[in-house]
Amino acid sequence: MPKDGGIGASSKRREDIRFLTGAGNYTDDINLRGQAYVFFLRSDIAHGTINNIDTSAAEGMPGVVKVFTAADFAGVGGMPCGWQVTDKHGEVMQEPGHPILATGKVRHVGEPIAAVVAETLAQARDAAEAIDVDITELPAVIDMKDALKADAPKVHDDLKNNLCYDWGFVEENKAAVEEAFQNAAHVTTLELRNNRLVANPMEPRVAVGDFARGTGDHTLYTTSQNPHVIRLLMGAFVLGIPEHKLRVVAPDVGGGFGTKIFHYQEEAFVTFAAKACNRPVKWTSSRTEAFMSDAHGRDHVTTIQLALDADNNFTALRTDTHANMGAYLSTFAPSVPTWLHGTLMAGNYKTPLIYVNVKAVFTNTVPVDAYRGAGRPEATFQLERVIDKAAIELGVDAIELRRQNFITEFPYATPVAVEYDTGDYVATMDKLTEIADLAGFEARRKESEARGKLRGLGVNCYIEACGIAPSNLVGQLGARAGLYESATVRVNATGGLVVMTGSHSHGQGHETAFPQVIAEMIGIDESMIEIVHGDTANTPMGMGTYGSRSIAVGGSAMVRATEKIIAKAKKIASHLLEASESDIELKDGAFSVAGTDKSVAWGDVTLAAYVPHNYPLEDIEPGLEETAFYDPSNFTYPSGAYACEVEVDRDTGQVTIERFSAADDFGNIINPMIVSGQVHGGIAQGIGQALLENCAYDENGQLLSASYMDYAMPRAYDMPFFSVDHSCQTPCTHNPLGVKGCGEAGAIGSPPAVVGAVVDALRSAGKDVTHVNMPLSPSRVWAAMQ
Amino acid sequence: MYNFDFVKPATVDEAVKALADDEAQALGGGQTLIPTLKQRLASPSKLVSLTGIAEMKGVSKQGDAVVIGGGTTHRTVAEEAASAYPGLADLASRIGDPAVRNRGTIGGSLANNDPSACYPAAALGSGATIVTNSREIAADDYFQGMFTTALEEGEIITEVRFPIPQKSAYAKIAQPASRFPLVAVFVAQYGDGVRVAVTGASNNGVFRWSEAEAALSGNFAADALDGLTVASDDMIGDLHGTAAYRSHLVGVMAKRAVAAAS
Ligand SMILES: Cc1cc2nc3c(=O)[nH]c(=O)nc-3n(C[C@H](O)[C@H](O)[C@H](O)COP(=O)(O)OP(=O)(O)OC[C@H]3O[C@@H](n4cnc5c(N)ncnc54)[C@H](O)[C@@H]3O)c2cc1C
Repeated sequence: MPKDGGIGASSKRREDIRFLTGAGNYTDDINLRGQAYVFFLRSDIAHGTINNIDTSAAEGMPGVVKVFTAADFAGVGGMPCGWQVTDKHGEVMQEPGHPILATGKVRHVGEPIAAVVAETLAQARDAAEAIDVDITELPAVIDMKDALKADAPKVHDDLKNNLCYDWGFVEENKAAVEEAFQNAAHVTTLELRNNRLVANPMEPRVAVGDFARGTGDHTLYTTSQNPHVIRLLMGAFVLGIPEHKLRVVAPDVGGGFGTKIFHYQEEAFVTFAAKACNRPVKWTSSRTEAFMSDAHGRDHVTTIQLALDADNNFTALRTDTHANMGAYLSTFAPSVPTWLHGTLMAGNYKTPLIYVNVKAVFTNTVPVDAYRGAGRPEATFQLERVIDKAAIELGVDAIELRRQNFITEFPYATPVAVEYDTGDYVATMDKLTEIADLAGFEARRKESEARGKLRGLGVNCYIEACGIAPSNLVGQLGARAGLYESATVRVNATGGLVVMTGSHSHGQGHETAFPQVIAEMIGIDESMIEIVHGDTANTPMGMGTYGSRSIAVGGSAMVRATEKIIAKAKKIASHLLEASESDIELKDGAFSVAGTDKSVAWGDVTLAAYVPHNYPLEDIEPGLEETAFYDPSNFTYPSGAYACEVEVDRDTGQVTIERFSAADDFGNIINPMIVSGQVHGGIAQGIGQALLENCAYDENGQLLSASYMDYAMPRAYDMPFFSVDHSCQTPCTHNPLGVKGCGEAGAIGSPPAVVGAVVDALRSAGKDVTHVNMPLSPSRVWAAMQ
Repeated sequence: MYNFDFVKPATVDEAVKALADDEAQALGGGQTLIPTLKQRLASPSKLVSLTGIAEMKGVSKQGDAVVIGGGTTHRTVAEEAASAYPGLADLASRIGDPAVRNRGTIGGSLANNDPSACYPAAALGSGATIVTNSREIAADDYFQGMFTTALEEGEIITEVRFPIPQKSAYAKIAQPASRFPLVAVFVAQYGDGVRVAVTGASNNGVFRWSEAEAALSGNFAADALDGLTVASDDMIGDLHGTAAYRSHLVGVMAKRAVAAAS
């Protein structure tokens, strides 16, 4: 019987009422009295020296309040980078300056050069067109390998070269890995590209800056996944505003997918300009701007090698990756190809020796940073693809090859520094075999062939690290932040609760799922609990939502705070019931004395806390409000097995997804419906990456896929019905809910299955194909068949 | 967008007069022009909306032709031409999405002559006549390369006459992002021969594939096209497909259109 409330119930998403009826309150819905608008003049060339910016004509245009250039930001800090990677020689990464407005040079198409604040957006845009920018174009570096050549133009003249860092992991293993390769019975080598993506959340970025002259208080309304992080970074490193004078509000946010984690120039600009102009300043990104100013995702070029012994056991793994940073370091960019990627290279397998080399490279392109999965999809993709290729080369069944090499004992310490607490890869593979009806595949293939279509099956596993992250660990790894989470639980006099969380919901359903946990703990109805998030003025310092961390870290903080509430409420109840505190039990929203019929309702206790007439004032304070910060002791390790079946049109190369099945282990589950929705969305994005999405530049650094005319977004009709299952559950051992997180799994697990299925289809027609680079557009698939 | 004046005349004559002004431009369904204006890639002083002109709307059968008003939306064509000219109605029903089909017009599409648009294939493949406020233009003379037509400044497409074929069909493969044709072929069989028009493929816009027409006029069957190829020299090569792929698709789509023709 499905539950109708609490943990494990598929409670309907309460936030959907406002989202689906147009009653949401997004940043662009915020309009302040006296608000002016900013338009950014952005570079249309990829690389050039700015000789002069003449704003005189623009300044005299109708409605113009003020025109800004880099000169206005002298003395203001640049955009900070939140993670410092140390390279394999022990040197810290090269970290270029990142100005709010281009200073001296432009380094990518879309970089803001000047900004016009005016009464209306149209006036600001008119005036921006009147700015005369004199730029000498320089040769651009776009291809990463070209960028590392000795004679390559430098993106940053003050750096040694275009190499941000050359990271080796685990450096101490390197020699042993080399040796294992020399002794291998078989070595499989695969070169592949993880395509560059643009996240394209439905809501583009928006920022509104406000300054209260009377108090000196700044407010920034912004489309962010982590308002406290923005407050800290922007306040401390960019504008020099103490946190108590800066409020950051991220109201309803229409999707983030990572791209709204980062601190962007436009946020700092509107905050700064609101004071400089003494009026609120608003920026709303157009979709065109989003393509050239939102941080992009992925863009890795990798050579991966897998060594096997004569019995097909994996003996070693070696990878060599070039990771594109773009022209500047976005907030968390350095961490993605390193600690979020190298540490996952063991995957689900007991490969004893692993060495990962990553060269992060500056190019004249938009900065690249975390995108749903961040590093883990890159790790999973190359690992699962090389296993498929090894199976082809060895003539063995790819699923059996995986099973043979599965990690089966937990906890398991990988050779890449992490320890998996729990998992059961055999169980998820068995479950997948069942729900995907793998046994029926050959019959389905025959049926497709009878219709003239090629059919292929791709199956793979994935592991990811969620619940980011133990602060002391990430501190050692170069993070310039802690990664705990917080919650304040405020119980009102009449028994309702408000939870103020540092997590941020931008589509994940926190407002529904979080109350389910507390309702279960106290035994009250979910409707008595409200979640408040997204405003630094009324939530405790938190690190926000990304890396599938909300329920694992934010949920744990909420549990800890609620435990404190319950402990105090029991004290109050024991007083009201004149019983010993240790005899008080809380069940179904009532406190009772064990072994008696004496009880007092939740609401009576909460009322007593605020109307303390009959109250142990000598022992405890009135009121019922507690805060907890939770810092995890490890990552969580969701895992699973995915299967994709495709049909390929021999004549056109068109691929259609016929079936997609996902068996995931997310540990305990709070709301199965929301979890399924997260998996569906993740798979859709993974299929988008595998079949459709491709952010491409020409050799001069012009963005070729700069709109939906050329950037192919997945649509509903590109998707099959998904068969998803999360009944395999090995609860996390180190957080109070036993949860692992589910937000990114779909995007991590699905691309290799899609590519594997297409390769399998082509091979069924006798084509000697082992890999096709994403996206598998009709054109590429057709070319692979020639 | 830049500022512009807006007028919505009720007759073709009034529209022609309004378009005589310097920098005035006709506005059909706005599905191409409005995005262009929003990107500030065009700056007409005045937009002359054609959507209020009743005489430019509707689908009728006149003798052995289907006559479509220049201001008729794709959706109306999809619905109202279905019995008289199913191949044409099917083409219209697959342009863009419902919002585009409810606004976009045949006159706008033909005036724009996007190298990847659908209607040019039907017009050229049917040997249609483009009727304007001042003259009639044969489709063979009308299309003059991508985004280029025989229309004069201020000339309005008031109707399009499509001779009804015995059989016809439109086969297209969508460009993955825009879902415009990557390559599409319209095939129509008439008493005096077969016409084959190709869109999406060539740098010169829509074109007739004469070798295929000759082969199909002799034998209207997909395998009549076996061994025929179009040279890839003038084919579009871009992110979504190489020139070689597009020239290959011309053959595939032509065969599919023939096989589907009814
Ligand atoms: C999302 C999307 C998807 C689309 N997909 C497709 C597709 O798959 N296939 C396809 O073929 N098209 C597609 N289109 C284009 C669509 O069909 C347009 O409607 C069409 O190209 C232009 O018609 P319109 O009436 O909107 O013209 P407008 O945009 O109003 O005008 C276009 C041009 O034609 C001129 N013009 C308009 N009407 C006349 C007239 N009667 N006489 C002379 N000049 C005139 C205008 O001055 C302008 O220069 C798509 C458009 C969008 C936005």
